[in-house]
Amino acid sequence: MSTALVTDLTIFVLALLVGVEVIGKVPATLHTPLMSAANSIHGIVLVGALLIGVTADNAVGYILAFVAAFFAAANVVGGYVVTGRMLKMFRRKTVPPQPAPEAPVGTVGASDRDRPAANGRPA
Amino acid sequence: MTSFAAVIQLIYVLAAACFVIGLHLMNSPATARRGNQVSTAGMVVAVVATLVLLIHDGTVTAAGWIVLICGALAGSAFGLYSARTVQMTAMPQLVSMFNAVGGGAAALVGIYDYIHVEGLPGGVLGTTTVATLLDAIIGGVTLSGSIVAAGKLQGVITGQPVIFRGSRLINIALGVVIIGTAAFMLGTASLPALLVVVLASLAFGVMMVLPIGGADMPVVISLLNAFTGTAVAMAGIVIGNWALIVAGALVGASGGILTKLMADAMNRSLANIIIGGFGTGDSVVAAAGPGGDVQVKSIQADDAAIQLAYASKVVIVPGYGLAAAQAQHAVAELASLLEERGIEVSYAIHPVAGRMPGHMNVLLAEANVPYPQLKEMEEINPEFARTDVSLVIGANDVTNPAARRAGTAISGMPILDVDQSRSVIVIKRSMASGYAGIDNELYTDTKTSMYFADAKTALADLTAAVKTLVG
Repeated sequence: MSTALVTDLTIFVLALLVGVEVIGKVPATLHTPLMSAANSIHGIVLVGALLIGVTADNAVGYILAFVAAFFAAANVVGGYVVTGRMLKMFRRKTVPPQPAPEAPVGTVGASDRDRPAANGRPA
Repeated sequence: MTSFAAVIQLIYVLAAACFVIGLHLMNSPATARRGNQVSTAGMVVAVVATLVLLIHDGTVTAAGWIVLICGALAGSAFGLYSARTVQMTAMPQLVSMFNAVGGGAAALVGIYDYIHVEGLPGGVLGTTTVATLLDAIIGGVTLSGSIVAAGKLQGVITGQPVIFRGSRLINIALGVVIIGTAAFMLGTASLPALLVVVLASLAFGVMMVLPIGGADMPVVISLLNAFTGTAVAMAGIVIGNWALIVAGALVGASGGILTKLMADAMNRSLANIIIGGFGTGDSVVAAAGPGGDVQVKSIQADDAAIQLAYASKVVIVPGYGLAAAQAQHAVAELASLLEERGIEVSYAIHPVAGRMPGHMNVLLAEANVPYPQLKEMEEINPEFARTDVSLVIGANDVTNPAARRAGTAISGMPILDVDQSRSVIVIKRSMASGYAGIDNELYTDTKTSMYFADAKTALADLTAAVKTLVG
């Protein structure tokens, strides 16, 4: 057994323990985004695909490299985007469709939100 | 190790740290978005460092670049499109597909490495053969198994357990082929043997998921997630990359924890699930049906509306029936109407509500329900005693008090203590029993009223009735 392999196994076991510790604290409310985030993290295999794929020099190699890069990129990009999309929906308060009641009178009210501001840019 | 390679390696460590911090920030909905951003940053850093390394080495051919860039761009476009357009109800399918591609990519990295570095006839045996084999086996099982799982969730493949004569025998045969060939490869480098292992693993993945019933999907997805992580970690060991090892281990831990949680919440042991007790609960369903002597109290929208409108604390218990009827927006509308009257409304979410861990929370969050109202089982159970009305929508077994007694199909299963609230309204289409195939004692409780209707229609009628009532 080489030193490199022993190091690799050590890292694997320690990372596993860190994972158990960190993930055990995630509330059930967030389990779907958690799984989706974990999904995007295993998209790191894209790095593996890149490192390996560059040695391709024949048709079989090119095909394998292409498929691996495709799979891994779909995983990483899709995973992060969909996790972000889900987490954006978790709000502390309901977003009121009508003007926010706590908006102070006299300042820019919530009803101005959809109109361009005086400077011409969307508020 | 040159100093350049050392710097790259340290950058991978940085990326791994970002993943850990990102996951850590997911311990609260308030910081979770930042967590995802930290994790994304780690990923970007790792990929850029890899590209810099490749350019620095200068070993890549023009054709190699073109293949990799085209593959990555096409994959990114596909991933981006599906992530942007997916319905929240279809999230389990998407996660399953990401499991599939992740596992597939990990297996390909291992196979590719084997072909190039160690696998040619008469070639040298590598020190990482065990990792390569584990990578190919786990990755293969994950790829095909996740595709079948996604097909079941999407309804392309029947959600009923597919069991045929001799399937157990085929599984054993495949297992023997995989283990036997793998053992042979420990002594002899052989590419054809690796292909046999991969094909047998792919077949095993299909055979493993086919007999699983739709209700067991939260466990299956979690398990396949853990598999993907492990496959990626093995790929990391094969190519000696720490970022892959750490990321894979983190995902493996996450999937493993969720698998355990889901299995516990469904009252099944992990061993029972892996050895193939999947979906066995379905066969009992036929024994159920409306019992002859059960007396249930039926209720209509108007009376239910009165109960709700004059309560001071209402707990909504959503189950998969709610998601299946796409009624999450309707329930949120009713809830906000009640809140406007000063009624305290919260949601009791059982761990297995939905088709994947935490699925119901995402569906309700999409319907604009603020997350502080979403209560986990441990949090809400003590509150039922001071709840005026519990509104159960499309949830069944997880509310059955029979779970507290020994000797029933769901004995010991953690349940929501809905029966402790002062009154209960159950919206359900019929008296049909749930997945466990037993009668729900909650429905025959004297303080329970049954509202027989489709969840969406019922909620719309209820909302209208409450509006009329309070004018």
